[in-house]
Amino acid sequence: MTAVADLTVATQGPRRKLGKGRVAAWLVLVIAALYFLIPIAASVEFSLRGVHDTHDLSTWENLFGQPGFLDNLITSLELAAGTVVITLVLMVPTTAWVHLRLPKLRRLIEAICVLPLVIPAVVLANGVLVAFRGGPNWLTGTPVILALEYVVLALPFTYRTLDAGLSSIPLTTLVEAGRNLGASWLTVLLRVVVPNLRTSILNASILSAAMVLGEFTIANLLLMNTLPVWTVQAGQQDGEVATAASMLILIVTWALLLLMSVFGQRGARRTGRSG
Amino acid sequence: MAELKFRNRRRLDLLGLLPFLAYVAVFLGVPTISVVVGAFQDDAGGWTLSNIGAAAGDPYLHAFVVSTEISALTAVVGAIVGLAIAFAVSASPPGGVLRQVVSTASGVLAYFAGVPLAFAFIAAIGSQGLVTKWLGAVGLDISGFSLFGFAGITLVYLYFQIPLMVLVIFPALEGLRPQWQEAASNLGASRWQYWRLVGGPLLLPPFLGALMLLFANAFAAYATAAALTNGIIPLVPIQIAAVMSGNVAVGQENLGNALGLGMILIVGLALAGYAWMQRRTSRWLR
Repeated sequence: MTAVADLTVATQGPRRKLGKGRVAAWLVLVIAALYFLIPIAASVEFSLRGVHDTHDLSTWENLFGQPGFLDNLITSLELAAGTVVITLVLMVPTTAWVHLRLPKLRRLIEAICVLPLVIPAVVLANGVLVAFRGGPNWLTGTPVILALEYVVLALPFTYRTLDAGLSSIPLTTLVEAGRNLGASWLTVLLRVVVPNLRTSILNASILSAAMVLGEFTIANLLLMNTLPVWTVQAGQQDGEVATAASMLILIVTWALLLLMSVFGQRGARRTGRSG
Repeated sequence: MAELKFRNRRRLDLLGLLPFLAYVAVFLGVPTISVVVGAFQDDAGGWTLSNIGAAAGDPYLHAFVVSTEISALTAVVGAIVGLAIAFAVSASPPGGVLRQVVSTASGVLAYFAGVPLAFAFIAAIGSQGLVTKWLGAVGLDISGFSLFGFAGITLVYLYFQIPLMVLVIFPALEGLRPQWQEAASNLGASRWQYWRLVGGPLLLPPFLGALMLLFANAFAAYATAAALTNGIIPLVPIQIAAVMSGNVAVGQENLGNALGLGMILIVGLALAGYAWMQRRTSRWLR
């Protein structure tokens, strides 16, 4: 009896107090929502401004015709693709190998992959400038160096994502099964490991592509032209154009996320049917 | 025989790490070592401490002070507000829409830094901004508020600090089991006593850790401040960029390296503190 009585007190006590707590909680959330939504709404409004307090689509219509815009957009998209490809070719075999053959070194590899967080992007850019000063032009004179460094910048996120994916599948069993059936290492990697890691690979790609599309620091300091660098330069003359371009960076990022997740689902459905 | 074969295999296994290690050594190791070594070299390549001395004197010391102030302020405010949001969400039913929205939004908004963020705030509270116009229409003039000064940078940095705090602290908050609170209240503890003696001490390490993570995050940030202020505000990363683009006296070419070394040390220390606190948290979390 007493136990039941205690229980009702325990459940009623907090609930009575929730009234005041609820109001405070909602107040916090509403203020936060305003703080986070207003700049985004203002960006949209700003990019739609026409002459004399009117609103139209003229900024957006003229955006693609702005000198340099399209070239830099393409450069940024190529950089994103390049970074994703290098990241996957380097990191998928490496993380799989560590899980299979060198599990004792997992902590060490993780520590190495987290190192880029300790080196601020400004310092990394400075180091690249100093270290590769006399380097060949195809490397340091072109955005190739950016893609190579973006792989490093994305390492903490890509490693963690792939590592988590590998931990959640019976990797050793799968690989041994493949090897016992006579498949080569490459076949096992491409036809056993990669399909099973589909979601992790997709997430790692999304994270690195999103990072590349918005990256300004290293590109700017190494005097490369990318979409964010162009946007800041454009902002010195025309705030509306720069705001529209920076909205576009966000939209492209989000569209990419959507596209990739659609592909991911389709891939999942296909293997689901055959399996 | 078997022993030898085993050792050979072990060596072959390590060989599989070679591409990764070589890549990191060239594209992270070499640049970092160049910065560290360059910090102690003069223009001719001889050893010197003059760069360190210059970096520790004005105007660069001032930059370290301003960077530290902004990072500490946005870390503390961001951590408190982030914690409040996390608390507010954790009161909602598990699996609800609110949780979904806040966690997705935090993930996206923590990414929303740099150039787009700077322009979003200019569009909102810049001299021609939407909010500036609204407030102007009701007779409130905020054109005196400079987005490009200390307060402005703080306001803008909070935009990515708060979501990061929510992302980092939410798992810890969720990890506090309701049974603990029930046990405490069954033993006659008030809510306040529970938080002072059980919840608070448990949340303190992850909170302090998050504080250090946020500090490092703000200290290392460059793009937002650069895009927002055009390099006016004297932060350490802005000063490094100025040195890199040649805005520096002759004979100080390695000054940027010395400033970079300072940044690595401060950010590294803060992140080491974060990692240490994380380890303490992982003892009871899950």
